[in-house]
Amino acid sequence: MVELKLQDYKAEKQPDWCPGCGDFGILSALQMALFELRKDPSQTVVFSGIGCSAKTPHYLNVYGVHTLHGRVLPVAQGAKLANPHLTVVAVGGDGDGLGIGAGHFVAAGRRNVDMLYILHDNEVYGLTKGQAGPTLGLGEKTKSLPKPNPQGRINPLLLAFASGYTWIARGYAYDVKGLKELIKEGINHKGLAFLHVLQPCPTYNDLHTKEWFAPRLYKLQEEGYDPFVPEGLPPEELDRKMAQFQEKAAEWGERIPIGVFWKAEVPTFEERLKAYLPRYPEVYPALGQRESLDLEGLLKEFAL
Amino acid sequence: MEEFTWRVGGPQGGGIETAATLFARAVAKGGWWVATKREYHSNIMGRHSYLDVRLGRKPVGAFRGKVDFLVALDGETLARHLDEVRPGGVLLYDPKVLDLTVHKLPMLDHRVQEALAERFGKADPSLKEILAAYAEAGVQPLPYPYEEVADRIGAELGVPSLQARRTLNTIAVAASLHLLGFPLKPLLEALALQFRGKVLELNEKVAEAVYREEVPRLSFQLHLNGYEPGRVYLTGAQAAALGKLAGGLRFQTYYPISPATDESVYLEAHTAFPGADVAVVQTEDEIAAVTMAVGAALAGAKAATATSGPGFSLMAEGMGFAGMIEAPLVVTLYQRGGPSTGLPTRTEQGDLLFAIRGGHGEYPRLVLASGDILDAFLDAQKALAWAWRYQTVVVHLLDKFLASMAQSLPKEALKVLSLNGEKRLAPREGFGPYERYAPAEDGISPFIPLGTPGGVYWMTSDEHDLEGHITEDPVLREYQMEKRMQKLLTARREIPLEDQYTLYRDGDVLVLGFGTVKGTLLEALDHLPGVGYLHLRLLWPFPEIGPLLEGKRLVTVEHNYSGQLADLVQQETLKKVHHRVVKYNGRPITLDEAVEALKAVLSGEAPARLVLRKGV
Repeated sequence: MVELKLQDYKAEKQPDWCPGCGDFGILSALQMALFELRKDPSQTVVFSGIGCSAKTPHYLNVYGVHTLHGRVLPVAQGAKLANPHLTVVAVGGDGDGLGIGAGHFVAAGRRNVDMLYILHDNEVYGLTKGQAGPTLGLGEKTKSLPKPNPQGRINPLLLAFASGYTWIARGYAYDVKGLKELIKEGINHKGLAFLHVLQPCPTYNDLHTKEWFAPRLYKLQEEGYDPFVPEGLPPEELDRKMAQFQEKAAEWGERIPIGVFWKAEVPTFEERLKAYLPRYPEVYPALGQRESLDLEGLLKEFAL
Repeated sequence: MEEFTWRVGGPQGGGIETAATLFARAVAKGGWWVATKREYHSNIMGRHSYLDVRLGRKPVGAFRGKVDFLVALDGETLARHLDEVRPGGVLLYDPKVLDLTVHKLPMLDHRVQEALAERFGKADPSLKEILAAYAEAGVQPLPYPYEEVADRIGAELGVPSLQARRTLNTIAVAASLHLLGFPLKPLLEALALQFRGKVLELNEKVAEAVYREEVPRLSFQLHLNGYEPGRVYLTGAQAAALGKLAGGLRFQTYYPISPATDESVYLEAHTAFPGADVAVVQTEDEIAAVTMAVGAALAGAKAATATSGPGFSLMAEGMGFAGMIEAPLVVTLYQRGGPSTGLPTRTEQGDLLFAIRGGHGEYPRLVLASGDILDAFLDAQKALAWAWRYQTVVVHLLDKFLASMAQSLPKEALKVLSLNGEKRLAPREGFGPYERYAPAEDGISPFIPLGTPGGVYWMTSDEHDLEGHITEDPVLREYQMEKRMQKLLTARREIPLEDQYTLYRDGDVLVLGFGTVKGTLLEALDHLPGVGYLHLRLLWPFPEIGPLLEGKRLVTVEHNYSGQLADLVQQETLKKVHHRVVKYNGRPITLDEAVEALKAVLSGEAPARLVLRKGV
């Protein structure tokens, strides 16, 4: 492969997001992360759901699959399992991932397929003009809502934790450099990484704006928070880690933490598949048929 | 005897499945062709269930309205199957149930209790009275105290009662075969196929002990039919699973649902078999099942999912996604009684039009239906090959009847087909965007798996341009729509006619059917001179059968309420279907019902719509 430049990871298509949209920052961070990791564009696939943020793949010069509303995770997992040598990143909004796609979000955590999922959280359904997203708080009223939100918010970090995600982090769309580092770490993590990105929506969300976030955000790692949970940690140590995680994941108000919250060593789904497919991942589904089927052998159990 | 049907009924989970398999294998070891049909409730244990094993000198593909021999393992079977044994047939029952009355059968539906009450002119008829009704109808009741026999044999062999009673199914089968004058040897051979080690030893001893007992000689006897090696006996779900493996399946997804699950469970048990290497993923729902299979297909894996009615409804959007982005995808649809949860464990062909039309918007899809076990095996291979040839969705239609039916067939019929024709782009040198949706006269752009070196492309469920970027441009929209839909014309042109339909026999009265009515109608033809049968294999794109229908009196036979095949035939050929024979009570059409219905058509007595209502 020829040496690629940062610019080579950008596609010709121009983003059609609103001026000031947090999606720009996330796109830049993702582009920089792929460049810095020297990812081969033809071995990298970015999947997305449906919504503003889900247009991201079209603006990157790697394989891009813009799927259905809420279905990005199953499509991405299918491709990754079929060809485990691909670098897979899935992106989508809070409505996509935690509204219509919530079931898939939870189930993906149970599997721990080796990929990164980036959730663009602006608390609103932007593309349909600002309805309440699943992360908007109870009673909150953005300018696009006729009445305060009558439904409560999901805490994406706690849900990811309860579901079994093995790397859980939060970034901020306007902290592009910090976000880039988190994306790199998430891609390099062995297992399912979840990156929750706080993202102002300048058009519809007048509550949680850049100005609102700026004084509240702080970096966990700058305060000495250690997210690492090695395999075989003694139960009391694990309890302590879990309590620490829960405390920080629930923190939302005057201070809002960003950074890596949880990083655990857990066998990936690919490793677990070996119990069924001893030759996996050397022989993987996308390789096609490697040897002819022993039909005669299979028919033995049916012989009369 | 030329043919014979043995039925065993009892509580689910009580060993009747084992009994039927054992009986089928024993008579098959004695040279007979067999087929088994299975009726069961959506229940784990205790609800009524029964199986028919029909044997013949020729391969068996249909089931009779009445059976020759009924083994009732409990009182409920006795009550439910009154009128199900032919005059002159045999009923084997446990005399201890005669103390029961209809009200003491807690699982018997009220409707059946009331029907029996009315018939016997009293609120709570006893099983003694029901037994007498069997005898009045000319059925020969034979008391057989299964448990007492088990205890007696157990004592004889020095085996505890509890253990001996686990062999009740073997006792019932051995008793049946012994009464029929069938030799012991094939039964012992069948036991050796079924059991291993100590369990086998015990069952062999039990069978031998049953055969030592004195039994009355029946008026009909079952002789050996000349055993030939090389036959196999398997279910439709197993055949479809094997067909998928033979077709190169590498990735299967599923969410548990009756009756589709059996296929995926078989695959899960054989993932690592030489040459299989198939990944099977149980997903959180059918939406994930279909979309995960699409993801695997995009990466280049031959991928499929299997489901039944409710799950198929959930898959509608994902199938449209596959059609839109041109992903090769097989959806194996085991139809069951609908709508909604419907009849989860009963058969129906009510999803035909939904399989063809379900989902929003228009995209090309192929729909093929299997008529029997061999079809299921071959069609599963064709479905995968066509999905990859046309890079779109192929729906393989089966149903509950076929999924759980087992047939014996010659092993050599299970051929691995050499089907290809897949168009793939060779990776290029250098680097640049691929045109995934490059123009192609036949509508098929070369396939490029994700991860192909030399470039990238994009895909979107939105309308798109040649590289796969979103567009709402009217000209590009027309181009993509026409390119995609062209695949249907290409498929109808390329797919061999023998894979589209089979005109088994021509006739002035021409019957049309698809799927699992095949075996029934083929045998019905033997009883219906002048009647022809056109069996449809490819349902979409619809074959050009119009000329074959010219001037014929057309009859459709299908398992649904409205006559969906009739609607489809009329829509596509502009020929009138004169009679719609339909059945929607969840039980498969029997040979006798089909013959009777078609005789009514021949005699001019049949109405335009004829509903078949038999079944327990």
